[in-house]
Amino acid sequence: MSDILILLIKIVAALVWFLVLTLYLTWLERKESAIMQDRIGANRADFFGIRVIGLFQPFADAIKMMFKEDFTPTFSRRFIHNLAPFVAFFFTAVTVQAIPFGDVLRVGGKEIKLQVLDIDVGILFILAMLSFTVYGVLLSGWASNSRWTLLGGLRGTAQLVSYEVALGLSLIGLVMVFPSLRFSSIVNYQGELLFGWLPQWGILLQPLGFIVFLFASLAESERVPFDLPEGESEIVGFFTEYSGLKWGLYMFTSFMKVLLIACLLTTLFFGGYHVPWLNPDGFHFPWGGEWLLPHGIVVLFQIIMFNVKVIFFCWLQILIRWTYPRFRYDQLMDFGWKFLVPLSVINIVATAIVMTLLK
Amino acid sequence: MIPPTYYLVVSIILFVLGIIGFFIKKDLITQFLSVEVMLNAANLAFITFAHSAGSLDGQIIVFFVITVAAAEAAIGLAIILLVYRKHKSIKTEDIHLMKG
Amino acid sequence: MELFLFILLSILCIGAVLGMIIVNNQAYSALFLVLAFSCTAGLFALLDAPFIAVVQIIIYAGAILVLFIFVIMMVDIKEGLTPEKKKWTMALACILAVVLLIELLVALKSALSPMATSVSGQAGNASEIGHLLFTKYLYPFEITSVLIIAAMVGAIVLVKKKDSE
Repeated sequence: MSDILILLIKIVAALVWFLVLTLYLTWLERKESAIMQDRIGANRADFFGIRVIGLFQPFADAIKMMFKEDFTPTFSRRFIHNLAPFVAFFFTAVTVQAIPFGDVLRVGGKEIKLQVLDIDVGILFILAMLSFTVYGVLLSGWASNSRWTLLGGLRGTAQLVSYEVALGLSLIGLVMVFPSLRFSSIVNYQGELLFGWLPQWGILLQPLGFIVFLFASLAESERVPFDLPEGESEIVGFFTEYSGLKWGLYMFTSFMKVLLIACLLTTLFFGGYHVPWLNPDGFHFPWGGEWLLPHGIVVLFQIIMFNVKVIFFCWLQILIRWTYPRFRYDQLMDFGWKFLVPLSVINIVATAIVMTLLK
Repeated sequence: MIPPTYYLVVSIILFVLGIIGFFIKKDLITQFLSVEVMLNAANLAFITFAHSAGSLDGQIIVFFVITVAAAEAAIGLAIILLVYRKHKSIKTEDIHLMKG
Repeated sequence: MELFLFILLSILCIGAVLGMIIVNNQAYSALFLVLAFSCTAGLFALLDAPFIAVVQIIIYAGAILVLFIFVIMMVDIKEGLTPEKKKWTMALACILAVVLLIELLVALKSALSPMATSVSGQAGNASEIGHLLFTKYLYPFEITSVLIIAAMVGAIVLVKKKDSE
């Protein structure tokens, strides 16, 4: 009985962490873009007169969207028009259940793994949920029953499906080096030391795979420079006919994907929750020093380190968004098929050669 | 433990539903979708037998069936597009002349 | 718990396939089929085949049906199709299908009586399937890759519009 309770607590905690961090990602985006563009950004939302550098702004946005008129155009197909944002939201939110947040927590004689769903095929589960989110784009473009949104939806789907190929291929090299598809095994493998002093993070073992995965996942999240289907300023996108809370849900899903990509990058390539040289009983530095710590403090350090890495990657993606102009559609398709896919195949072959030579 | 008979009954029902769909519908795309349903029912039967015999060969066969179904869907849809371009309709009763 | 999941997934799957047959609009049929394939993937996972379940979702529900929906949207059909003119053919097809169903169920009863229980072997995770694919089933594996390339090239060549030059 207590096992089910612990599982429920883990599910709710993971979901709450994900959603609250997405909410504050909107705030981070506004502030960071403001700093890059040498202005102040949104700082006027206040709560009974207290303004804290605009930290209440996401709530103000949410309240505004709830009170906007939520119309469905009469020429659209109602049920699918209402269903599409929820499909995209659900399948992006469920992926967070497979990400490990921290090491095993030993409390009162019980071992609690800080990961909700530790299945054998963890990486493939994330890929499967990402391939379901394609339906959100496709259905919204089609359900609005207007020809420009249909074209926008088809464009978006073609981009997503093309970059899924590069995403999957870039992960094959990674799975060859860490011989498992399970997230907890991959993170445990990255906790060991290479040459005795270097933590063997994924980026050291697979630099080319990291680059391909970074570009492919940026394209999957449909943010600038890959956001032609959304194309806010120049072309009709697939969610033109949405307003109010449903449009808000699409924007929220877009930020959730940014957070998901940051989580995947830290878990697969940057050691997940591992602090360098922190073993389960304390720090063991390679130059001989030691700093022993109780178990609870170690787990706390690991959770904080995970959050720091995730926020770093969110910051990096926002930086990329506000620096580059967007790709044209044929440039986008060329980049996906003619550059990323051959590069990932070269990565696989090179990894295989190096592994055979080192054996 | 669920006996494999239950899974096989589901598989048979899905297969027969696929056959009904193939015969009732008169447009090419839904007929093609019914063929995919029949393939899926066969996949379910394979995995049931793999589970009840304890070997993994059934799962490998399903792996190959899924792959070949993907290839076949691509070519089938290309042919449907060509038929639509030629005859401007996808109802099977409008495609009744052998000469293109 | 397992029985409850099995009943839920089977009823959802059969209901989705029934919906696919009954609805007149092709796009709704494809969407019902997405639901049916996801439930089938759930049934695979119940049968100790997690790798095949995830492969089914990625390939069948996530790629093949997206291709179907693409084609449905490009083929500009009028809303719904006119119902079948000769009603007696539909009734005959249903009757014959029910006869086939009864035959298959009778064959199942007589063929499966020695195999009433199931052996719990190893679960089909990726490393075991990969091991089998590269030792015992190497030839089919390599030939399937050639088949996929042939299908890709064939599909592109078939649909490419010939420019009149």
